[in-house]
Parts: sequence; structure tokens; C-alpha cells
Amino acid sequence: MIISVASGKGGTGKTTVALNLAFSLTNVQLMDCDVEEPNLHLFLAPQERRTIPVCISVPQVDETQCTHCGKCAEVCQFNAIAVVKDQVLIFPEICHGCGGCTLLCPVQAIQETPREIGYIQEGNYNGLSFVQGVLNVGEPMPTPIIRQEKKLINKDKTVILDCSPGTSCPVIEGVRGSDFCLLVTENTPFGLNDLELAVEMVKALGIPRGVFINQEDLGDGKLREYCRRENTPILGGLPHDRRIAEVYSRGGIVVEELPEYRDLFLALFQKIQDIGFSRSQDELERTL
Amino acid sequence: MKQITVISGKGGTGKTTIVASLATLVKKAVLADADVDAADLHLLLKPQIQRREPFFASKMAVINPERCDGCQKCREVCRFGAIVDLQVDMIACEGCGVCLHICPQGAITLKEVKSGEWFISKTRYGPMVHAKLGVAQENSGKLVTLVRKEACRIAQEGGYSLVLIDGPPGIGCPVIASLGGVDAALAVTEPSLSGIHDLKRVLEVCRHFRVPAWVCVNKADINPENTKRIREFCQQEGTPVIGEIPFDPIVTKAMVFESTVIEYSGGRVSNEIKKMWMRLERSLGYPLDQDRPSKEGRAMNL
Repeated sequence: MIISVASGKGGTGKTTVALNLAFSLTNVQLMDCDVEEPNLHLFLAPQERRTIPVCISVPQVDETQCTHCGKCAEVCQFNAIAVVKDQVLIFPEICHGCGGCTLLCPVQAIQETPREIGYIQEGNYNGLSFVQGVLNVGEPMPTPIIRQEKKLINKDKTVILDCSPGTSCPVIEGVRGSDFCLLVTENTPFGLNDLELAVEMVKALGIPRGVFINQEDLGDGKLREYCRRENTPILGGLPHDRRIAEVYSRGGIVVEELPEYRDLFLALFQKIQDIGFSRSQDELERTL
Repeated sequence: MKQITVISGKGGTGKTTIVASLATLVKKAVLADADVDAADLHLLLKPQIQRREPFFASKMAVINPERCDGCQKCREVCRFGAIVDLQVDMIACEGCGVCLHICPQGAITLKEVKSGEWFISKTRYGPMVHAKLGVAQENSGKLVTLVRKEACRIAQEGGYSLVLIDGPPGIGCPVIASLGGVDAALAVTEPSLSGIHDLKRVLEVCRHFRVPAWVCVNKADINPENTKRIREFCQQEGTPVIGEIPFDPIVTKAMVFESTVIEYSGGRVSNEIKKMWMRLERSLGYPLDQDRPSKEGRAMNL
């Protein structure tokens, strides 16, 4: 089962939930899909097995063959290539690596060369299998890294994906294809506003969803009311406990230092599994 | 006219709280919410929308089933896995158009997709430009650029001396779009290991794009040891720490009340933010409102 953890608003506790859920279960693969600001490794100090560079293919023009016809610039939807008089200018940072220019050049003057935009690390921490993607500083596009990273998913394990905040491309790339999306929020107006956006996103992707409320004893009843209205179950929550914030701030693991919270994460996993199971039952009935 | 972007790397460190509080202090700024995929500034500033515009930036391939003969060439050339069973996966398609050039039947076209909306509004602290990215849409970087351009135009035409930008978390394309060409960035962090790690990366981004940065440590007293580490690191880097804001539940209370901390209470958080603003203003060339527009001149230019 693949569980993605997302949130809309940042800082609501995605990493805390993903990490402690992983530590409450066995046979887990934990993946950090927040490649812009990956944080899980701070808590794990994993033993690294291998590092894989992530490259995208960018065009390189053979000036001796180029006729400066301008076809490449015409087909590029991202304005990453321009033909000025007898010169071809390439802007690799905005190239999406679609391969259109290479494919469509009438004289085959374009070749693709790999350009590194980040890397993926695979490792181990006390039997927990860990993967993280890291975007190089100054690079704008996190999605190719997440796409590569998710190829390392091991379906024999319970896979937990820690996604980035927000609701745009990197989050969608992370959540896509998961069996369940857990949305972590906090009981504040910001938390609710961004949860609404995140719920719309998960609905558009057609993935079953549930909510986890951090600092659940804060705020008013609006969040619960919204979840009821939207038919989005609340699967658990953490109280506003200063000890949790302290454990987090120095890179500790809550279920290890405060074992009374372990049952909470086990119950959360049980509920996620139940929803996943009833959904596959529904699908089975529909196909029959 | 100066531009400042408030960023953080890590999400949820208090960017929007700080921007809204600064807005109450500056009183001569145009506000821009550049966190277009999870915008929150409007919850505190309650903008009245004066102008609303659609945002078109992305394109998507469409297959005409009447012309398609099922040759699968489109699927073979698509690098984004966006063609499944001769249907275009709207979410995976990046609109590169390679399929349309390769289709022997000419059955594919690119259509423009509305990817969001942007607004020019009036708030109690001046004009505000903000946006809403559509559900599961991309191109947030372009929308950020558009929001900033409009905010700058309003500032120039109305004689405002500052554009205050609430930036997105992370270090990717919308962050880069919110930082390009600004006078300074204010990086808001918190004294946790994640906060420090993410601060370092976002400061590297600032350096990469040659944007001077200042640091504000939010909830500084939650872990004094980590706050000290941030101070030491910033000193080595030559990045000034211009604010250390204490943890106070009043901040969350103000938010639940949908108000800025400054308006809600005159306590120590407010005092620290005020001090920080004075330092910020001085560093930008004090006083910022030297050429403060007359009341009539400050009327909005929509």
C-alpha cells in the first residue's frame, strides 16, 4: 500500500506524521518527496547505500550542421530555445526535456545531453528502507526528481511518501498513483483554507483521502464541520503538547521518546487500511 | 520603489503572519501574495476585490477521436507518460506539443487551459495583488511573475515606496519567480533542525540569484540552543539576523480571530516585529516614505 502525506499549508506536521507512522509499523519504505526542502534525513541519519544523479536531457546544437531554419524555436512551447540570425541560444533551466526540438529538427543537428538537476539517495535506518530526492539549489523544476524517485517504490512494503506543501506540480507528482492520501492540517483559519485547496486537488486525482489534525485542541469547530460536509473522514490527531514540539525541534522521534503516542499511529494506519480495503471491495463489486 | 520578499524554505514558519503585521506598520506599501497555490494573506487582510482576471498559461494536448487512427506514435514520443489508451491524462500533460507535430493524421491540437485567476484588491493597509491557482494546475511561477508585475505597476503609478511580497515555501520555480530582481529577501525561520536546514538552502538560493537576505527567527525561545546556532551560522555567512520573535499563543489566537498580531495585541510579539521593521526600513534606506504620496496621489490605479 502506498500512502502519501500532504497538507496544503506548510509546517502542519507532515514530516512528523510520516516519520512516526513509519516508526510504528514494520516493513516500511519511507520516501521524502519534498525535494526542495527534504527534512526526513535529519531525523534518521540513514546509512547511505547509493546516490543516483537525476538528469534531464537538454538540447545541444551541432552548429556545423544547423541551417538556422528556426524549427526548434518554433516547436518549443517553453521558449527554452531561440534562433537569432545565425546563432541558436539555449536556456537549459527552463527546458522541460520534452525532446521536441531533437525529434523535429529537419537536419538532425540537435543532440541531447544530460544536465544534472538533483539527485536521489537510497539508504537504510535500522531496517527502515529510506529514499530521498534532493533538488539542486537554483534549479526551478522539482518534478523530474520526484518522478525518478517514485520509480524506486517497492510494492512489497508499506510505502509512505512525505510530500511538499502547497497544491501545485510537485505535490501532484508526489500524490499521483498513491492508494491513499493523508492530509495533515492544523485547526486554524490558515490550516482550513489550505486544507480545502488540498482536498480539491486530491479529489481531482481520484484518490481516497483522510485528515489528520495536528494541535487538534486549538481553534473552533469549523474544521470538523468542513470535513463532515466534504465527506472526508478525520482519522486522528495530535494534541498541542509542548513535549512533541521539543522532540521535533532537536530531531527526535516522538513514538520512541514518548511511547504513549505509538497506539495513536497504529490506530491511524488501521483506519487507512480499512478505507483502502472498502474501496477495493467497491471496485470489485462494480467490475462484477 | 523597493521590493522585499518574505520567504522561509520550510513552510509554516510564519511568513504570512509577519507580512500581515508588517503591512500594518508600513502603511505605504503595495502587498503581493506570491504563494499562489496556498494563499492565506487574504484571510488576515480581507481584501475587497476590485478587479478579477483569468490566468491562461498552460496548454494541453487534445486528441480528435474522429481523425485518430490509433497508430500510438503520440504515446511513443511523449516523455511525460501523458497518453494512456489514446486519451490525454490532463494532469500529466505538460503541453509540450511534441505529439501534435508527430501525429500523421493531424488529429492532435493544443488548447489553452485556464490555470487560475488573479485579483487586484483594496485592503485597510493599501492595495493588494493576489491570485488563486486552479485545482491541480501548473505554472505557478508564471502566475507569481504576473502578480509581482501588477503590484509593481500599481506601486509606480500610485507613488508607493514599497512592494511587500509574501513568498511561497520551498526553493523551486515559484520561489525563484518571487525573488528575481527584488531589493532584499527576509527569510523567516524557526529554531528546529528542519527550520535551520531549510533556511540554509533558501539562503543559498538568495546568494545564487544575488539577492541580499536578512533573517528573522520566529518562536526563538522554543529552542534557545538552536536559535544560537542560527545566529552563529548567519554571522559566518554575513547575513544579519534582524528579528527574534518570542513564542506566544497570542499569535494563533490573533489568527483564529482573523486579525494581525499587531492589531490584536500590543504584547512582546508586536514589539519585536515593530523593532524588526525599524531595522529593515533603515537597511533599505531610511525613511522609506520620504516621497510619500499625498492622500489623493495614493488613490488606487486600477
